[in-house]
Amino acid sequence: MRHAFWLVVTFDAELAEIALRSLRVTLTALVIACLIALPLAALLAVRRFRWRRATIALLNALMGLPPVVVGLIVYIFLSRSGPFGALGLLFTPTAMIVAQVIIIVPLIASIAHQSLRELWAEYHDLLISMNVTQMQKMRTLIWDARRALLTAALAGFGRGIGEVGAIMIVGGNIDNATRVLTTAIALETGKGEFALALALGFVLIALALGVNLAIHWIGQTERDSRW
Amino acid sequence: MVTELFPVTLKGAETSRRGKRLVGPVDLSLDGQGLCVVLGPNGSGKTTLLRLMHGTARLTGGTVQWACDMDTARHHQAFVFQRPVVLRRTVEENLTYPLRLRGVDRKAAKAAAQDWAERVGLGQHLTRRAMVLSGGEQQKLAIARALITNPALVFLDEPTASLDGRAMREIEAILLQAKADGTRLILSTHDMGQARRIADEVVFILGGQVHETGPAKMFFDTPKTPEARAFLKGDIVE
Repeated sequence: MRHAFWLVVTFDAELAEIALRSLRVTLTALVIACLIALPLAALLAVRRFRWRRATIALLNALMGLPPVVVGLIVYIFLSRSGPFGALGLLFTPTAMIVAQVIIIVPLIASIAHQSLRELWAEYHDLLISMNVTQMQKMRTLIWDARRALLTAALAGFGRGIGEVGAIMIVGGNIDNATRVLTTAIALETGKGEFALALALGFVLIALALGVNLAIHWIGQTERDSRW
Repeated sequence: MVTELFPVTLKGAETSRRGKRLVGPVDLSLDGQGLCVVLGPNGSGKTTLLRLMHGTARLTGGTVQWACDMDTARHHQAFVFQRPVVLRRTVEENLTYPLRLRGVDRKAAKAAAQDWAERVGLGQHLTRRAMVLSGGEQQKLAIARALITNPALVFLDEPTASLDGRAMREIEAILLQAKADGTRLILSTHDMGQARRIADEVVFILGGQVHETGPAKMFFDTPKTPEARAFLKGDIVE
């Protein structure tokens, strides 16, 4: 345990590199996932179309998607014999980002949809009477629900940063290339290097807490008379 | 601007839901001046009639004809709801919202918001969150937001139904000023006192049917139908 703390406080170079890579991969995945999930959630809230209920049910079901299966499917698609094999993305951080995006989009979209649906019920009459366009409705909802949507984003971040199965398969846990905190913890534990594994675990927890606090601070969610 | 929209003519207009007729058939023609009160007891179809005219309730029979096309008519209208709907934003942002939607630049929108907030007595609250205002203040904000685009016509669905006397008086003063500025107002209420105070014209509705229309003075002095007479006498009419 003392050795683990020592590695953290001395800012071990290898540990720092792995932590930064984790953060880069997950934050990139989070941004991409939000760009997909939030407009999708808003669209599901404001627009009535034939497959709407089925889409919502599917998103809810996909929240429990097993990451290992996602990893396997992404692996098949990105492998040399797969449809995107020519891109050479397998065992790169990009492949890990792709897998994380697939895993967290349903989660963010489902949670966001709950918030946006409630807000839409509140705004419906007003926005209809103002004759606003579909795009304006979606923008208004996303903007006015932004603090609630931060929660959805944070849930996505939590799922992404702690993910191990999918990124182990598509990233390969390659040293100095695709090794991230979770895959490194799994590896070091397997090797019996508990000090490093624990140190990595501390960093993982600190990152998760730090990003949560930073987002709350930026969003000023707990400021007086805010929502 | 007023002459672009009016007269509005309803011919056999009706709306039904799940086979039950809520309003209609209604034959009615309104011109573009003054304050028209749609008067009737609760559940008589006042709100639905307003929504039919505004185009937010589905017409299942008949027609609602404006002097211009429906899109243009909607562009020059605003609607104020019984329970004020305020955006989860500041007072200023609520007021600038309809202007920004119409492409007004930020600076001009802010100046207009400041002006309208002063007019309705919310000048001190510009930077406050709208949700923390009182019910009366929220309704004043909703009315100011409706009037800020300078619409030809504003529908008001029982705007003072849940407010105390003071807030009601303030809101009536705002509405009378808007009327004086040339805005056509169509307001629904079941409050006879309010109708007597502010109406120029009355549409009496009961059971989804328009029973009587005419100048307010004539309606209150010499109601033509037995239903209107009973309502004015204070009897319970359904």
